[in-house]
Amino acid sequence: MSRRAIRKLTNVLALALSGVATAIGLFFLGAILWTLIRNGIAGMSTTLFTAMTPPPGSSGGLLNAIYGSVVMTLIGILIGGPIGMLAGTYLAEYGRAARISTLIRFVNDVLLSAPSIIIGLFVYELLVIRMGHFSAIAGAVALAIIAMPVTVRTTEDMLNLVPQGMKDASTAMGAYPWRTITSVIYPAARSGMLTGLLLAVARISGETAPLLFTALNNQFWSSNLAAPMANLPVVIFQFALSPYPNWQQLAWSGALLITLSILILSITARLVVSSLNAGGRN
Amino acid sequence: MNTVAAIDPHHAAGQRLRERVFRGATLAAALLVLLLLGGVAVTLLAGAWPAFAHFKFSFLTREIWNPVTDQFGALAPIYGTLVTSLLALLLAIPVSFGIAIFLTELAPVWLKRPVGVAIELLAAVPSIIYGIWGLFVLAPILQRHVQPWLIEVLGPLPVIGRLFQGPPFGIGVLTAGLVLAIMIIPFISAVTRDVFETVPDVLKESAYGLGATTWEVIWQVVVPYARTGMIGGIMLGLGRALGETMAVTFVIGNAHRIGSSLLAPGTTISASIANEFAEAVGDLYTSSLVALGALLFLITFSVIAIARLMLLRLDRKALSSV
Repeated sequence: MSRRAIRKLTNVLALALSGVATAIGLFFLGAILWTLIRNGIAGMSTTLFTAMTPPPGSSGGLLNAIYGSVVMTLIGILIGGPIGMLAGTYLAEYGRAARISTLIRFVNDVLLSAPSIIIGLFVYELLVIRMGHFSAIAGAVALAIIAMPVTVRTTEDMLNLVPQGMKDASTAMGAYPWRTITSVIYPAARSGMLTGLLLAVARISGETAPLLFTALNNQFWSSNLAAPMANLPVVIFQFALSPYPNWQQLAWSGALLITLSILILSITARLVVSSLNAGGRN
Repeated sequence: MNTVAAIDPHHAAGQRLRERVFRGATLAAALLVLLLLGGVAVTLLAGAWPAFAHFKFSFLTREIWNPVTDQFGALAPIYGTLVTSLLALLLAIPVSFGIAIFLTELAPVWLKRPVGVAIELLAAVPSIIYGIWGLFVLAPILQRHVQPWLIEVLGPLPVIGRLFQGPPFGIGVLTAGLVLAIMIIPFISAVTRDVFETVPDVLKESAYGLGATTWEVIWQVVVPYARTGMIGGIMLGLGRALGETMAVTFVIGNAHRIGSSLLAPGTTISASIANEFAEAVGDLYTSSLVALGALLFLITFSVIAIARLMLLRLDRKALSSV
């Protein structure tokens, strides 16, 4: 074979392999979604949303687990979101050029990729031991700690997209920085910041490891924040590994439910971001 | 002269006060980020102290893990964590590299975004979902079709044959590595794609102008230019794999032993903690598990810190997907 033919062949082979690699990635996404739909759809009924988690062998739903997940995710985002937004505001506005901001950005990026089970251990040592028992509030704090770095990052990125001219105009009117930030910059960056919150909710609503030894689980309905609370991820974990068919079915349905919610949240967030970026460039 | 409003001193003082409060609040929130990392480090070390003080250095070198006799050593989980993560890297790097090439050089414009988003969604799927999928779908397939073949074909070979001996359990180190690989593909490929896109077009066009093929441009122009960023992305994926908990807990088999075969069940640091922590009784047992957590903290945080330092030079916005 001529040298030229070898080069062409290598090229075609390499590019074909890159197509195969992409197909492999897409195949796994499809395979996982297909498994969830096939196994989860059978349990999708109104009882899923109206009945409590059952004892082995009898029928039931996931109402207490869904409620617990929603409550802890909401409290988590209500704690982690505002703190993250304030910190992101410092990084983008007041401390944009400060030396400590470089360190904070770096530490925040590290926290962003930190293993969530470590956060669970931290909250266990911090709250569960002191309170003497597992509790929903400990679970919510663990989720807040995971949500915070996500919000810091997105808030800073979104505030940086606001045109400098708008800030200058407000400053020229005699506004103090806090006035400029709350009345000019936040409204301009509002949809971007909301997207950041959506991404943070998507990130924490499937987290299992940090809830295992903070919120633990609860077989029954509980709205007491100081007591253990049922939640979807831990219920899925326990029911999937159980030998009872009705528990396994509930685990699959819960898995389908949680994955669909998270995928919808992520896709919505991405659509908003891409429309924002397109608007910013024009 | 009355068209200019006189400055009300009370109003101005109020504005200054609010400015101080707001500025203080943002600074406090930003400092909380630092405090959090410090708090995690101090708390874990304090919780791990009894175990470290009792077992000293032997905690790191012993394989034994016996809650009944209160004898604990971290060697098996450390080994499992490192082997599953390296296996995951080995499988994920070529696939991620291929995906990045496809997305930057090959895909038509209309296909780039949907395919890119689909790959990123792999990262949004919660790890517990990978766990049940790995246990109920992947493990049986591996047990029935892949592992017998590995045992038969690779088992008799010298040296590497030892990695593929024993019965096909389905679950085990190999399965955990494979699931981890799928989970870190989106991270590595997203970073690699983003650094590929930072390569100036002029460089690529010069190579094309000299008659280079697409592959030659990628291998001899794009890759050398993007090397640091690619390694950063790989380290980021490694950090994810090392700390990944739920998916591994489902498929690794949870055996505190070091098997020479990749097909044998094992355990990782995070899987041990997830499985045993809530039920651990006794101070030494609990402390040993926290000590495992402290080790994991040390390992992952150094890996992630190195990764972030390597990626620091890149435009932050280009990496917003991770």
